[in-house]
Amino acid sequence: MTVLLANTVLDLGVLDRRAVNSALQTAEQGSFRMLNPGGGHALACGLRTPVEVTIDGHVGYYCGGMNEHATVTVQGTAGTGVAENMMSGEVRVRGDASQSAGASGHGGLLVIEGDAAARCGVSMKGIDIVVGGSVGHMSAFMAQAGRMVVLGDAGADLGDSIYEARLYIRGAVASLGADCVEKPVGDTHLAELADLLARAGLHADPAEFRRYGSARQLYHFNVDNVGAY
Amino acid sequence: MCGIVGLFLKTAELEPDLGRLTALMLHEMASRGPDSAGFAVYGPVRDVERISALSRSGTTDWAAVERGLAAALGTGVGIEVLSDHAFLSVGEAGAEARRWIIENAPDVCVLGVGRAIEICKGVGDPDAVAGRLRLADRAGSHAIAHTRMATESAVTTEGSHPFSTGADTCLVHNGSLSNHNRLRQSLRRQGESFQTENDSEVAAGYLAWRMREGDGVDVALEGALRDFDGFFTLAVGSRDGFAVLRDPIACKPAVIAETDDWVAMASEFRAIAGLPGVAHATIWEPAPARVYSWRRAA
Amino acid sequence: MTEPVRTIPRHSATFDEHTLSEIRRAAATGVYDIRGGGAKRRVPCFDDLVFLGASISRYPLEGYREACGTDVVLGDRYASKPLHLKIPITVAGMSFGSLSAQAKEALGRGASAMGTSTTTGDGGMTDEERRHSATLVYQVLPSRYGLNPVDLRRADAIEVVVGQGAKPGGGGMLMGQKINARVAAMRTLPEGIDQRSACRHPDWTGPDDLEIKLQELREITAWEKPIFVKVGAARPYFDTALAVKAGADVVVVDGMQGGTAATQHVFIEHVGIPTLAAVREAARALEELGMRGKVQLIVSGGIRSGADVAKALALGADAVSIGTAALVAIGDNDPVWEAEYNALGTTAGAYDDWHEGRDPAGITTQDPVLAARLDPVMAGRRLRNYLSVLTMEVQTLARANGKSHVRNLEPEDLAALTVEAAAMAGVPLAGTSWVPGR
Repeated sequence: MTVLLANTVLDLGVLDRRAVNSALQTAEQGSFRMLNPGGGHALACGLRTPVEVTIDGHVGYYCGGMNEHATVTVQGTAGTGVAENMMSGEVRVRGDASQSAGASGHGGLLVIEGDAAARCGVSMKGIDIVVGGSVGHMSAFMAQAGRMVVLGDAGADLGDSIYEARLYIRGAVASLGADCVEKPVGDTHLAELADLLARAGLHADPAEFRRYGSARQLYHFNVDNVGAY
Repeated sequence: MCGIVGLFLKTAELEPDLGRLTALMLHEMASRGPDSAGFAVYGPVRDVERISALSRSGTTDWAAVERGLAAALGTGVGIEVLSDHAFLSVGEAGAEARRWIIENAPDVCVLGVGRAIEICKGVGDPDAVAGRLRLADRAGSHAIAHTRMATESAVTTEGSHPFSTGADTCLVHNGSLSNHNRLRQSLRRQGESFQTENDSEVAAGYLAWRMREGDGVDVALEGALRDFDGFFTLAVGSRDGFAVLRDPIACKPAVIAETDDWVAMASEFRAIAGLPGVAHATIWEPAPARVYSWRRAA
Repeated sequence: MTEPVRTIPRHSATFDEHTLSEIRRAAATGVYDIRGGGAKRRVPCFDDLVFLGASISRYPLEGYREACGTDVVLGDRYASKPLHLKIPITVAGMSFGSLSAQAKEALGRGASAMGTSTTTGDGGMTDEERRHSATLVYQVLPSRYGLNPVDLRRADAIEVVVGQGAKPGGGGMLMGQKINARVAAMRTLPEGIDQRSACRHPDWTGPDDLEIKLQELREITAWEKPIFVKVGAARPYFDTALAVKAGADVVVVDGMQGGTAATQHVFIEHVGIPTLAAVREAARALEELGMRGKVQLIVSGGIRSGADVAKALALGADAVSIGTAALVAIGDNDPVWEAEYNALGTTAGAYDDWHEGRDPAGITTQDPVLAARLDPVMAGRRLRNYLSVLTMEVQTLARANGKSHVRNLEPEDLAALTVEAAAMAGVPLAGTSWVPGR
């Protein structure tokens, strides 16, 4: 067990990635500041304890990948697959995120304060994703479970092949994907939305959002739906 | 597959550093493409056309090529040799010179022709290729470069990017076209010739054809969206600018960053992370199926 | 009035009985035929090769007394904890969901008894599987069902699945009748629905991005575990080279005879190339990259006997993997259930509607009554017996060719019986020195 002082600095200009990730993966607690990320990949991935990590700058792919319990904040932009397969904890991107943000995430909260690109929330399995800006095309593709909230717009084919995830979009939706339909917003949904926005620290009026989810027509194969496959 | 980078300078102050900065970007992309590398640098516009050429065997008698070409063109031909490359100044006769070389000097591969462009390529570690071909020493207004992980064709110098088949135009590609064989056949019928089995060379040939037919780069790329199938991020260089295009599914990565002094494009942000002033850059991801282009004022 | 003289009835080779029944089935249902298993039609395979054996120029080893080693190390390129297996035969990925828990336990017991590994499938890792498999390879698939870092860390190796031989380019498929509460919970799906699966990974496409993904998996597991990259046999030369360049420790190539739990029949029969044609090409890629022995090659798809194992090794594989054969060993398609197969409209040896979850043998089903028919301990023993026989057969053939270790089998130990096999395997036609195309 390593006991570390508050705000331990981990400088990627001096330490290699393995040393930095290993320190974070083996720490039981503490807060850390990562310097000079330089767009590097797989930074702060595989974390397992409630440590706090702030990354000063832009990160490459898979930042916060498979996160458990930790809180990771990127003070910049994130590349492909930020918080992919996250289990719990929180990952926050102050800038924009590239494709496949939150891909196949099982739990926890991913907040993208800027825009997310294509396939945001692809294959999501329980993660909550809140995006302050817009999301790109094929977002929530095959989204199985979890909630996605988008304060901006959504690109083409939103929620294509969606299962049971719930999507809340405030802005315009370019088009809906196969089996994704608009659904009525009830009191439980407004409460859920308010809670997600509060946890994300983003301000918006839940009443301005529309809800989207599965029409459940593809749950059992029917030849009349063959065009949707 | 590949890493691609492009750098377009907006101010003259950075022009002496173009090669050095491009080499830094190329270095970051070496792990995406460890097999080979290439670059195209757009230097000051000359009053003569220049051919970038590669010796296939490494032992080409360049003096003999120079003599034969001069005789065929009826003009003087200047030549500079660098490693296994040579740059031939051919007055106004770029197209003719290119044809002569292809027909008469089978050991020479024409990499490109133009008034501003120089293209170099090589097999092996990208940093070693860049060093051998003096990328870091070069000055100019814009450059694109490529590191290659060969997918369905052999690792050869000819198969490396950038590909060029039109004057001052070149292309680098990250991805995998799925209809390039049929497209190659139809482009041959339109008069294009190909030196490899490479899908990226087909993309370059397509652009060259469209531009020969009068399309500008942007319109030619709109055509590519219709006629190419597969996955691609393209960066295209032309005499006065460069352009970026991603296919509609957009699985292959791309990021663009812009400051008052430059615009840069790369497969991964870390290639851009070391550019001067990047801390203040606007960074975004190009949308799928949309042509982005930058042009210098004439 | 006399009867007209007729010729005898003649069936069409093009519109044969199976084809006619398939057209009628399609017309009746409006849906493609889904089934399990691998390609059933005859394709060039290892039966078309023979070993040369000993002669005056080459001397055999004595059985029993003169040892013939069978151990293999997988994954020592980058991993700090490569796999050390006692035999070069592993059990391929098959999901809990497509198979019953009892079947998975049986596979684990049998494999562990022989000092080899099993592999999870498109649904994640169960506790029972981890408990019963001494060495367990954990698949990372396009669907990412059940994927989590805890299981990633308790696995012994990781297999990134790009594709499989039955359906290169297809994703997983599990029909609602097999998505019971437990399977549904593992996969985060509603119970009883038909699973739709992705065919591409959600967060990378292409070997350049795969390289970065493998780095992430290594960072999460402290660079301990070997990473396998599995492809269906499509372009094995290029795919193997690209897997190496992306950083794989082990490449797995699965030929068209490789089985699946369920996919479209047309996919199984008409996409992918035979295992025989894939092995040599994959091995050639490793040779040309100077990676022979540094990156290991595992080959699968229709491995049935020690002869198949030995031939695969001779052509350049470091190990093979079995799927269908392992299921048969533990009781799949056994004639003891013939009456029940008949009731399902089929017969022992032909039963392949595994997606329906009504397997009388209790293997490809989630029905608790049927699944209870399989005694995992007995079945594990049967698999162990079968693996023992495979191993002894490989050793027999290797000794006959003068090898003290099965890894020393070479292409030059083989001859081909047909022109196709000679061309595909790169081995001379028997009695000649002719290799078509070279």
